[in-house]
Amino acid sequence: MTKIQTQYNRRSFLKISAAAGGGMLIGFSWLTGCVSEGKNNEALAIPNEWFDINGYIKIGDTGLVTIYSPNPEIGQNVRTSMPMIVAEELDVNWENVMVEQAPLNTGFYNNQIAGGSQSIRKGWNPLRMAGATARRMLLEATAKELGVEVTALTVANGIIKEISGERTMGYGDIASKAVGIEVPEVVELKDIKDFKLISTSVKNVDGKNIVTGKPLFGLDFQREGMQLAMIQHPPAFGMKVKDFNEAEIKAMSGVSNAFIVDITVPEPGYFDEKGFLQLVAIVGKSTWQLMKAKKALKVNWEQVSELEDSEMHMKRMEASLASEMRESRKDGDPAAAFKKAAKVIERTYSAPFLPHNTMEPMNFFAHVTETSAELVGPTQTPQALEGSVSKLLGLPIEDVTVNMTRMGGGFGRRLYVHFGVEAAAISKKIGAPVKLIYTREDDMTQGTYRPAYLATYKAGLDENNNLIAFSVKGTGLPESPVFENRFPAGTVENYLAEKASTKTNITTGAWRAPRSHFTAGAEQSFLDEVAELAEKDPIEFRLELFDRAISNPIGNRNDYDAQRYAGVLKLVKEKSNWGQEMPGIHRGVAAYYCHNSYVAEVIDIAMEKNTPKIKKVWCAVDCGIVVNRDAAKNMVQGGVIDGVGHAMYSQLTFKDGATQESNFNQYRLIRHSQAPEAIEVFFVENDIDPTGLGEPGLPPAIGALANALYQATGERHYHQPFMSFKSVKG
Amino acid sequence: MPDYKLRINGTSYKVNVADDTPLLWVLRDELHLLGTKFGCGIGQCGACTVHFEGAAVRSCLIAVSAIGKSEITTIEGLSEDGDHPVQKAWLEHDVSQCGYCQSGQIMNAAALLAENPKPTDNDIDNAMNGNICRCGTYVRIKQAIKTASNQ
Repeated sequence: MTKIQTQYNRRSFLKISAAAGGGMLIGFSWLTGCVSEGKNNEALAIPNEWFDINGYIKIGDTGLVTIYSPNPEIGQNVRTSMPMIVAEELDVNWENVMVEQAPLNTGFYNNQIAGGSQSIRKGWNPLRMAGATARRMLLEATAKELGVEVTALTVANGIIKEISGERTMGYGDIASKAVGIEVPEVVELKDIKDFKLISTSVKNVDGKNIVTGKPLFGLDFQREGMQLAMIQHPPAFGMKVKDFNEAEIKAMSGVSNAFIVDITVPEPGYFDEKGFLQLVAIVGKSTWQLMKAKKALKVNWEQVSELEDSEMHMKRMEASLASEMRESRKDGDPAAAFKKAAKVIERTYSAPFLPHNTMEPMNFFAHVTETSAELVGPTQTPQALEGSVSKLLGLPIEDVTVNMTRMGGGFGRRLYVHFGVEAAAISKKIGAPVKLIYTREDDMTQGTYRPAYLATYKAGLDENNNLIAFSVKGTGLPESPVFENRFPAGTVENYLAEKASTKTNITTGAWRAPRSHFTAGAEQSFLDEVAELAEKDPIEFRLELFDRAISNPIGNRNDYDAQRYAGVLKLVKEKSNWGQEMPGIHRGVAAYYCHNSYVAEVIDIAMEKNTPKIKKVWCAVDCGIVVNRDAAKNMVQGGVIDGVGHAMYSQLTFKDGATQESNFNQYRLIRHSQAPEAIEVFFVENDIDPTGLGEPGLPPAIGALANALYQATGERHYHQPFMSFKSVKG
Repeated sequence: MPDYKLRINGTSYKVNVADDTPLLWVLRDELHLLGTKFGCGIGQCGACTVHFEGAAVRSCLIAVSAIGKSEITTIEGLSEDGDHPVQKAWLEHDVSQCGYCQSGQIMNAAALLAENPKPTDNDIDNAMNGNICRCGTYVRIKQAIKTASNQ
């Protein structure tokens, strides 16, 4: 067994227990528990009394267990998988587990953020410890009660038994005594081979509530006496509100107030708004009346900076790529190697700005008083929101509470906190609780977009078709996409990575697998072309490079494990029967490592009525231990569709500082008929600590798609979106 | 503002709203039937799908004044206890990721199967194309519809 130091003490348990008891159950039932799917409701009665064992676990006198899920739920299914890890070490039947969203408590929980695919990776040890610590306390309390040593006891499925005796003790029977046991300083964790729950498939704990339409999301939040609010931000980047027809709007039916709010916070952080800081706010009783009032707004806007457009954006990126490069890694002598190369290939790739378009538009509830602020809603960064609201209102951080609802999608959009801050500013102004609601147009034109990118890749082969030189240079609005230490760095003697950035006043932010979604598509389709030039099979070509990185890597800053990288390629090769001819099927492959997980994908395309149709996608994944198998597959499938969809169809374009797309009649997202017909997901089985899957499934899909399209049509795709805009059925 | 008498999920409701108020906002703001979701407001995403005399419609596009005596069914009224074959199939395939679009997807799928109990892949694509799932659960949705069609 692994022995591990616990990282918390009795005081921190008490602190969280108090927060959980006082802050959790007040008036919003959808933040409280739901009995996990498949539970036999007759099995255990709802307890009369609950005992807080630690901040993650509460045990009822009937043996029912509540596990708090610490992290925000955006659809990555952590509300199921994180409690599974606790339940495994606690050794309790999943059927007897209820899950509740934990409150924000930065002093106790670790990393309460949905970002970077890190929930499972960073939660792994704390969650295991939480379960193991509680199990140990229950054992010690039982030993005391029965007058035996802990070593004389064994535990399984929430029942403690004497090893050589008849007496048993259920968790529900001893929970009241376990509360008084000193928290152990060292706990024993289970051997991985003894896992009973982890690596199985457990259904989404919210599944039933979702399919029956229960109010789970921020937009569904209701509070007695609550008003509704909408905002109007400037129609273009580079503009600012001056004044508006306030009297006219206030006189409209259903409008109780209208004013300009300023959401500037002192010393803004990464997650604070950088663009639209002054907004027109309209407050009233019904959403429809507010929508009508918004349409009646006559606002005087003033131009405060340049009004940019898409043509200008591309010209500026091209100029940047041609002149302003900063070297970020150099191995060997790339210039000399390119000079002596027998074959040289150079290609340039681009990708446009993209909005996140979570299906649930931005919204937040806020109730600000003179001495406190309460916020409830969809946020990927509750801690950042708490800090920003504290700064905006000048309230001590202890007087700001943030509770998380389930989110109708995240994709990075809700890492940014402006909509919560706006709700707080509006609530303060009207002195009443308020729920702020964005329209789709507000959401799509607000900014915080995936940056636009442009990058050039160059490769040189010797006369034996060996890769002897490789370079990448990239720029973007406003950041470079280049990861200088990623593959194929480490596999080529002569390597150069260069970066530049291009200024823009369009606001940008992290978008599912930031930068990786672009670099994977560009690099993996470039390598496909290099393999073709080298007259090698694209998988064999990559595996040769990984052999080099395994046996004799160049440099010591390479950010990947070449064995695991090659491992997913080998697995996808085997599972997809790569190399076997299939009539009418055209295949492309890609592999990528990001956010600590490795994914290789093969996409099979058939041409149907002159249109490429994805028949099947094969995915091989190494994310270490798979916590929740079917849910992990779902994540990878979703990543593939997200990657394929945006690469094929989506783009945001600008004219006079304004986006030319503002809703789904103009902006195209992948739909049912365009989705792959089947997506199979296979995992590399190992005992490595688990890493996340929210992002890693997406990036390789873009490369595999481009390569399969080339096989199907003979055309290489360098610029996203690959398919030009066509109207879709509504 | 006029009064409207509506039949929703077999229950009669009286609401007092402007005549152009979309059914979506009557459901959400007036009746607190929150399972029907707001996604785009222009009938392009399908999150607000309900049944209008059994047919799938976008509730964001139907003015309250146009409903008359028509029977409306929302996700809350699709079944007694979440046991409609489509809901059961959704759980069997553990379709949901974020879950926000799923009540609209389910309502559309239920209307499709009521009209066409054994849809082909093409039928499913055609019927479901107006419902966006941003998380990309399309493959599982199709599997779930096929499972439900065999019930």
